[in-house]
Amino acid sequence: MALKVLVGCKRVIDYAVKIRIKPDKLGVVTEGVKHSMNPFDEIAVEEAVRLKERKLAKEIIVVTCGPPQAAETIRTALAMGADRGIHVEIPLDQMDTFQPLHVSKVLAKLAEKEKVDIVMLGKLAIDDDSNQTAQMTASLLDWPQGVFASKIDKTDAGLEIIREVDGGLETIRTTLPAVLSADLRLNEPRYATLPNIMKAKKKKVVKMTPADLGVDMAPRIQIVSVEDPPVREAGQTVADVDDLVAKLKEKGFSSA
Amino acid sequence: AIMRGVPQLLSRARLVRVGFSASEPVLAVQAGILQPDKFTQTFVQIRGLKSSKVISQAPLTAVDIADSGKQLKQELEAIVGPGNVSSGESVVLQHGQDEGPHPGKSPDIVVFPSSTEEVSEVCKICTRHNTPIIPYGTGTGLEGGISAVEGGVCVNVSKNMNKILQIHQEDFSAVVQPGISREMLNQEVRSDGLWFPVDPGADASVCGMCATGASGTNAVRYGTMKENCLNLEVVLADGRIIHTAGIGSRPKKSSAGYNLTSLFLGSEGTLGIITSATVCLHAIPESVAAAVVGFPTVQNAVDTVVMTLQCSVPMARMELLDEVQMKACNEYSGLSYPETPHLFLEFHGSESEVESQTETVRDIAADNEGGEFQWAVQQEDRTKLWTARHRAYYADIALRPGCRSLTTDVCVPVSALPDLVTATKADIAEHGLIGPMVGHVGDGNFHTMLLFDPADPEEFRKCKEVANKMARSAIALGGTCTGEHGVGQGKMVLLEEQFGKDGIDVMRQIKGALDPQQLMNPGKVFSRN
Repeated sequence: MALKVLVGCKRVIDYAVKIRIKPDKLGVVTEGVKHSMNPFDEIAVEEAVRLKERKLAKEIIVVTCGPPQAAETIRTALAMGADRGIHVEIPLDQMDTFQPLHVSKVLAKLAEKEKVDIVMLGKLAIDDDSNQTAQMTASLLDWPQGVFASKIDKTDAGLEIIREVDGGLETIRTTLPAVLSADLRLNEPRYATLPNIMKAKKKKVVKMTPADLGVDMAPRIQIVSVEDPPVREAGQTVADVDDLVAKLKEKGFSSA
Repeated sequence: AIMRGVPQLLSRARLVRVGFSASEPVLAVQAGILQPDKFTQTFVQIRGLKSSKVISQAPLTAVDIADSGKQLKQELEAIVGPGNVSSGESVVLQHGQDEGPHPGKSPDIVVFPSSTEEVSEVCKICTRHNTPIIPYGTGTGLEGGISAVEGGVCVNVSKNMNKILQIHQEDFSAVVQPGISREMLNQEVRSDGLWFPVDPGADASVCGMCATGASGTNAVRYGTMKENCLNLEVVLADGRIIHTAGIGSRPKKSSAGYNLTSLFLGSEGTLGIITSATVCLHAIPESVAAAVVGFPTVQNAVDTVVMTLQCSVPMARMELLDEVQMKACNEYSGLSYPETPHLFLEFHGSESEVESQTETVRDIAADNEGGEFQWAVQQEDRTKLWTARHRAYYADIALRPGCRSLTTDVCVPVSALPDLVTATKADIAEHGLIGPMVGHVGDGNFHTMLLFDPADPEEFRKCKEVANKMARSAIALGGTCTGEHGVGQGKMVLLEEQFGKDGIDVMRQIKGALDPQQLMNPGKVFSRN
């Protein structure tokens, strides 16, 4: 039974960039800053491509919700091996109010429309660290979820997933269809090669808006402020052990 | 009497400013110095100045002498900004010590320029003050190339000059400043399906790799820095800025003028400061496979390599690890390879090419008494397979916790490798040392990690002895005393032996023409005379 997989990916500020807060303290500077695919989404795309290589999946549809520039992110996913793309366009100035709940609603609608068997996402996006989209999408669809997956296998009844949890590794079994989210150790994503980048240019990408899917964009969350972490204070040099002990007592760290 | 007094005079001489008039350098000599003409003569000789004459016998006060260093600092601050000049203890300490075993000497001042023009002005100031100039990239060298042997100003060109200036995706080239390391470059171009294949192990500055003529595990297929550099922007000691292949030039080939790019590649900061490099990129291979196979002897492994090359298999990586290294890797990474010489291989190409290449090499290995041929295609499996090779250095250090390693680096024609390896192993055993070996065997280049206790100078001496013997054997076999690490300080004598006096004299003449005051990284590559 060859599965149809919908993979979500997000265009975020590149992980190596030094983040700067905007003067209005309501967000971070994004203009002129290097962006790339969210690293966890790269892992998700890679896993979907491997499912296809193992002949467990027959079609991979990659979807992104983002500004016009996000078309590049879709192309990268197509170059990695996805078959076609859906670009849900959000104007750049609305990206700040576009939130995980909206994404989940979009993904749920697309999952039903495209009749997919697996919705595959990264476990979180490195810009907002929300870790909500996979879970909310599963809830909206009323599908089982296997989040923080570090290994995914097909069984007769559905899927067997090993999840990374605080206490160690948890193995669960789900039926299909299901929503999965990729954790760091699921795989090491491939680099897109030039021949594949060239092939990707010919693959189909369909554009649409959230309204086309009947999703309302009204924000549920308002960002109040964004601030730098406090500047690290200089340490104090102590002259000797006695001085250190005296200082510790002074600050209340020693009872003796 | 004058000769006995010379060292003190010379040390004071460093504090004396040298000024320049329009026509010739002059030297202000402190009153009270015996025989100022004799003193001047000696000073001239050592500094490589063409001529000088004593202009003043007036006493220079202690304040004047101390001011000389202060003046230099002020002039530098005026160019790069006060926040970018430092003579703080930990800063200078860091900038005199690289990652090799030789203790480095700290410079007097470290500057952090932000542009090529600033570098040029810094050089002009240093030239006026007759102060040595030491270029600094990432400090990841192994031969003491950044040690400020005669003090001076260390020019750290990586901290503030850290942009990728251009990426030409269709032309497969990029222009980078010294602050861009090879991993940073790779991260930037991978989304275009490209990569920069020269991989010396450390995450070195690309411009620094040009200065040392670096190479790495991929050289057998993709070449060394020499084959992957199209153009260099260089600042000379006198502040002139030149482009070695032409201003803004980046064609794949050129017959225009002297090959200055080749001259500066591998010059280890002794001819100028590299402020940007135009380097070649390559397409990320469609398919990559890794393989590991063991052999009873090094000869078997090398025979496999020679036959593979003769079959024109375009190997991407061919690494030889000897049995001592394999033992270290087993212990460190919890592996269970047989303790015999092993080849670690990597194949690049399309899926079908990689498959057929692997088949060919598997057969050749079997013909040469090769053991189990393990191979992998998936990224994580390949990483696991190559773990032993990647962690080799740390595995070696772990053999004797607390020890450091003198890493040798010789390169010989591939056919001479088995003999050299055998002779070296015997030598290591004779001296009672531990020396695991890792080789880029496709190039005939190999390294021994000679372990020594840093608190035991006798053991370090023995390591040096073995290393020097190895280099001399390599030269005798038609090879070179350094395949990739450069000459630095430690191999200056060996370089003379490899080139002969006339060869080195030509190098001296070239340096004399470009750096008459002998300010560019003194004490490296070859001696003054």
